[in-house]
Amino acid sequence: MLNIVAAVAGRDLKLAMRRQADIVSALFFFVIVVSLFPLGIGPEPDLLRKLAPGVLWVAALLATMLSLPRLFADDHRDGTLEQLALAPHPLGLVVTGKVIAHWLVSGLPLALIAPVLGIQFDLSTDALLVLTGAILLGTPALSGIGAIGAALTLGLRGGGVLLSLLVLPLYIPVLIFGAGAVDATVSGLGGEGHLSLLAAMTCASIGFAPWAAAAALKIALE
Amino acid sequence: MLEADNLECVRGERRLFAGLGFRLEAGELLYLQGRNGAGKTSLLRMIIGLLPPETGEIRWKGEPIRRAGESFRADLCYLGHLNAIKEELTPLENLLAAARLAGEDLSEDDALDALEQVGLAGREDLACKYLSQGQKRRVALARLVKERRPLWVLDEPFVALDVAAVDWLAGLISAHLQRGGLAVMTTHQRVDIPAGTIRELRLS
Repeated sequence: MLNIVAAVAGRDLKLAMRRQADIVSALFFFVIVVSLFPLGIGPEPDLLRKLAPGVLWVAALLATMLSLPRLFADDHRDGTLEQLALAPHPLGLVVTGKVIAHWLVSGLPLALIAPVLGIQFDLSTDALLVLTGAILLGTPALSGIGAIGAALTLGLRGGGVLLSLLVLPLYIPVLIFGAGAVDATVSGLGGEGHLSLLAAMTCASIGFAPWAAAAALKIALE
Repeated sequence: MLEADNLECVRGERRLFAGLGFRLEAGELLYLQGRNGAGKTSLLRMIIGLLPPETGEIRWKGEPIRRAGESFRADLCYLGHLNAIKEELTPLENLLAAARLAGEDLSEDDALDALEQVGLAGREDLACKYLSQGQKRRVALARLVKERRPLWVLDEPFVALDVAAVDWLAGLISAHLQRGGLAVMTTHQRVDIPAGTIRELRLS
């Protein structure tokens, strides 16, 4: 069972390494969007500190959205998706492997670069740590929920816009608790509760979302 | 082994075929014929379980394929009209990845041997995007060389192949039939398969 998840994730990672431009462009999108805010708002530390969690999280959601349409589209176009659906394993496990690979190339780099960007907003060390932890815990949920949207819009014309309309509302809980964790730390309340909820959302979406996405893929393949 | 009863296929508003049935035993080949749009590919997709038939049932070893699920798919090898190869990977990596995803053990030596047989020796390490159409097709066909699963479903396997490769593939299919395998395929070209019993089904 783990074998197939590892096989799919390994193949997707290898493909991503051969197409690094995709990873780098989503990452630079994140960096640029976040950096535009201090430039636009001006150098007021108090205001920037207040805005920081929300800005970073919204940019992270959008950067994740950028890479979602290709999650299944490439495999669909070249016929690999049919072969994956015909493999003698549950399709949900195959999708789990793809979601893990997607997180490793989209969510993880965002979490690693977020503290550097947080400095622009004059966040304290504690807040930076919680911010990194929150993005690390929350982005797997984004990949999981996004996989459902990507599967539902597979093969549709203008699927990219539809995908954003479907998925972004579902990202709201992650956004609220992700940004809330940093806010709570800044205001001295402690962000542990928010982080626990983020972890719970991630567990639930990694567990359930691949199976929902698999059901949508089966319909798309008919 | 493979039986189908009373199949009906509706695509959009149109009914492509109805009341269609066949039986296929070990060592037999089913040729699907018919003009473009007659439903050949739809029938193949029903046989592999991706497209549920409107009515009727397909059984593998006596069990409906929808219920058999994974045990049916473990016996099935499907080659569609898309090559299912990744442009960024080399032929060798493609072959090994495909085998791994299908849950099979394919050693690197076996994979290299298969690539040599399809005439891609010396190109194992070249990314597939640099290969020609025919060579990409050969990478896809290389999967069949070491394939020992009993049911092969092939959609237009001879397209984009040169004469020598057509003969080689016909030999590969007849070796499969001689081992007691089954094959279902669509083709517009008449190709002689030297061994096995050949059945024909014409969709109109």
